[in-house]
Amino acid sequence: MTLELFIQYFFAGITYGSIYAIVAIGFNIIYNTTGIINFAQGEFVMLGGMISISLLPIMPLPLAIAAAVALTMLYGALLEICFIRWLDNPGVLRMVIITIGLSILTREAALHVWDESIRSLPYFVGNEISTVNVLGARVSPQVFWVIGACGLMVAFLSIFFQGTSVGRQMRACAANRKAAVLCGINTRDMVTFSFVLSAGIGALAGCVMSPITSTAYDNGTGLAIKGFTVAILGGLGNSAAAVAAGLLLGIIEAFSVSVLPLAFQDAIAIAILLIILFVRPHGLFGSGTAAGLKEF
Amino acid sequence: MALLAVSNLGKQFGGLQAVSEVSFSVERGMIKAVIGPNGAGKTTLFNLITGSLTPSSGSVLLDGRDITGHRPHQIASFGIARTFQNIKLFPGMTVLENVMIGRHIRSSGGFIASMLHLPWVLAEEQRIRQAALERLEMLGIAELAELEATSLAFGQQRAVELARALAMEPDLLLLDEPAAGLNIYETAEVGRLISSIRQLGITVLLVEHDMSLVMDISDEIVVLSFGRKIAEDVPEAIQSNEEVIKVYLGE
Amino acid sequence: MRRLLFLLPLVILVVGVQVLTDWTDTRYYLTQLTMAAYYSLLIIGLCALMGYTGQISLGHAGFFAIGGYLSAALTTRNLAFFQDQAFFRLLEGAGILATGQDIYGAELVVVAPWAACLVAIIAAALIAWLLGIPVLKLKGHYLAMATLGFGIIIYRIALASEYFGEADGISEVPPFLLPFGLEVSGSFAVREANYYIAWGLLIMGLILLRNLIDSRVGRALRSIHGSEDAAGAMGVDTARCKLQVFVLSAVFAAVAGVFLTHYNGGIGPSEAGVMKSVRYVAIVAVGGMAHLWGALVMGVVLNFLSLRGVFGSYDDAVFGLILIGIMLFAPNGVLSLLNFSGVLDFFRRRRRRVKEPGGLR
Repeated sequence: MTLELFIQYFFAGITYGSIYAIVAIGFNIIYNTTGIINFAQGEFVMLGGMISISLLPIMPLPLAIAAAVALTMLYGALLEICFIRWLDNPGVLRMVIITIGLSILTREAALHVWDESIRSLPYFVGNEISTVNVLGARVSPQVFWVIGACGLMVAFLSIFFQGTSVGRQMRACAANRKAAVLCGINTRDMVTFSFVLSAGIGALAGCVMSPITSTAYDNGTGLAIKGFTVAILGGLGNSAAAVAAGLLLGIIEAFSVSVLPLAFQDAIAIAILLIILFVRPHGLFGSGTAAGLKEF
Repeated sequence: MALLAVSNLGKQFGGLQAVSEVSFSVERGMIKAVIGPNGAGKTTLFNLITGSLTPSSGSVLLDGRDITGHRPHQIASFGIARTFQNIKLFPGMTVLENVMIGRHIRSSGGFIASMLHLPWVLAEEQRIRQAALERLEMLGIAELAELEATSLAFGQQRAVELARALAMEPDLLLLDEPAAGLNIYETAEVGRLISSIRQLGITVLLVEHDMSLVMDISDEIVVLSFGRKIAEDVPEAIQSNEEVIKVYLGE
Repeated sequence: MRRLLFLLPLVILVVGVQVLTDWTDTRYYLTQLTMAAYYSLLIIGLCALMGYTGQISLGHAGFFAIGGYLSAALTTRNLAFFQDQAFFRLLEGAGILATGQDIYGAELVVVAPWAACLVAIIAAALIAWLLGIPVLKLKGHYLAMATLGFGIIIYRIALASEYFGEADGISEVPPFLLPFGLEVSGSFAVREANYYIAWGLLIMGLILLRNLIDSRVGRALRSIHGSEDAAGAMGVDTARCKLQVFVLSAVFAAVAGVFLTHYNGGIGPSEAGVMKSVRYVAIVAVGGMAHLWGALVMGVVLNFLSLRGVFGSYDDAVFGLILIGIMLFAPNGVLSLLNFSGVLDFFRRRRRRVKEPGGLR
């Protein structure tokens, strides 16, 4: 493999990888405050892309993206308030089924609004053939938008969770919900907020990736599976590890193209998911002793 | 030979040594109690003996046979039954069905045979039902047989759990705080019950906080503190053991 | 025998519907009722796994597809190519090959349907067994995702391999000949017979599962749902029990897949899709989780409506809506809302006076 090709694959890998990482972080944010996996996470990404594409004809690109992110956040809040907030101590199985149902409804609604066609946002800078030269390899400038946006989101989130009062309250919920309630934190609002936050980052990721990967109504499921794989790979709830795991999965997938037929590319992530669930359900970076006390 | 011999048993959770180097033995036909302040490692000890947890070190011998590290269902079939501190009855099943599960290791109907309802499976089913009813009668709760087990009053649920354990016809019965949450009359009743269980030839090992009950019925007592055994003796001696008093009353 | 009496109303209903369609000249309904019966066979199997044992599976369409696709491929893919090879003669010697002509009149040598069916079901059982050993150690989200992942892999394989016809699936699947001159096929001449074959199979499956639930093993399964710790302490080998019921439900799914594929004369990748698996889970949930009758009734009714095209292009959306609605408002199933279960209890033995195990906690 030439250096050029290597760099090309590498960049493709981290582009997809950073998207997976954002979806995984979305899973983690909700998992940390509620202990549930939101199977509709991938739908936020799809919605972000779709809404911004629809808004583009009537407003400039940055505004369309901002509006799409805001609308998706609103949607995330509505989902939580309408379907999850008022449930009294629901079991895991019940929550799994409800979020699966929400994912289906969102997807079907998207199908009826936007039909089956595949759309995409225009490239933010240049077009599909403009490239940037990196060590002799040609890389689309949009790649840097994706990596940059995802990097910024991770930075923003870590500042948010470390430095702001709301962020600290959410972490308190994650650490010990009962104790958080006793400290006067409104945990219900924190749950709503976690849905809003993960809807927001998902939607933004959906916008920046749209020029490269295109957006269709059924994008969500695939992304959810990949994002979940990454979340598990890094250890559920651990967002720093999710970034590393996301990049790892993206790169593995990108390089697998040279050995496997494209049709089986999706199967790689799932195979990794199954293997990791069987061997190390607490993730590559998780601690085995802590896992001994957890239920898988 | 002792029925149960625990030697140098230890369990570590990360940096926490929940149980360390605990050794004692339980002779056949005896009622033995494990006491100690909260967090002393009593329930962990039970979980180690019954296979719910795997020991980090040490061994457990049942009737001379090494059962360390076996899975819970295997240990149950070797003859150890248990009850749980926070009662674990099966929801959505009647009292009778709950107790019938206690006969699982005493019956053999397999998957295919059950699906086909072969005649011998049906005959076995009758025997299981009969045996379960007998245990309910023994504990005086036969009239509850058809009620949903988890809808019963707390004390009744305790009785059902005990009936379920007895239905296993174990050699050794582990009771995890059998009197927790019961009033003094019910506690006294539990005391009589445990003594009568001994009459059936079942050896009893119990964890209990109620000192009057423990002192009343046990032949021997093991005292744990911070995962270590600090005393093992007959009740009278334990009552005057200085270290035990120190642990319970503080220094 | 007395315990089979509870089936009498169902048998009368099945026969009654057939007679009714005959009178009113609406025999075309039988086609969808036949298909709905096969789907319901899968659903009651899933009910034993999910409702009674408490183990979710989002991959059962995968087992359905393994059964259907293998049987379809083996009975349609021409082996005439391999005529000189040793394994061909071995198969021929064992009498499991069938010859025929393809539409152009060339010689066609395929595996006989009965042998293909057997292979397909055994393969599904074997895969379920191998998958179940690691997967069933997982709980909750992890189990859901792992089984979902399995389903997607099966879907991908069906979609990506030439042997399974890629996006087109496999068509021209020959009829499946049964003893007494019966055949599983979609031809109009045998529509009534096929209706009875499907319902016969479904009722047989129902009897087997009811027997299982109502036995020592069934109690053990329900105890696993209640509390795995306590079940283990009672001497129930929880890992083994879960694996057995997982394999059983996979076999039910594979049988449904084999028969429906021969009945339809083909199978496509959508049968392996995630939406199908979700739909099966939805129906078990609607039926009340630990409720074989509920699963059966809902399986037949919802599949029939869906196959008749009542939901139009909102088919998947309807199932999503049902899923959410049931989980939000009636986690013990719609029958619990109507208190219809009292009526059903009457048909069962009345000995059991408590509710069936509440499916969800």
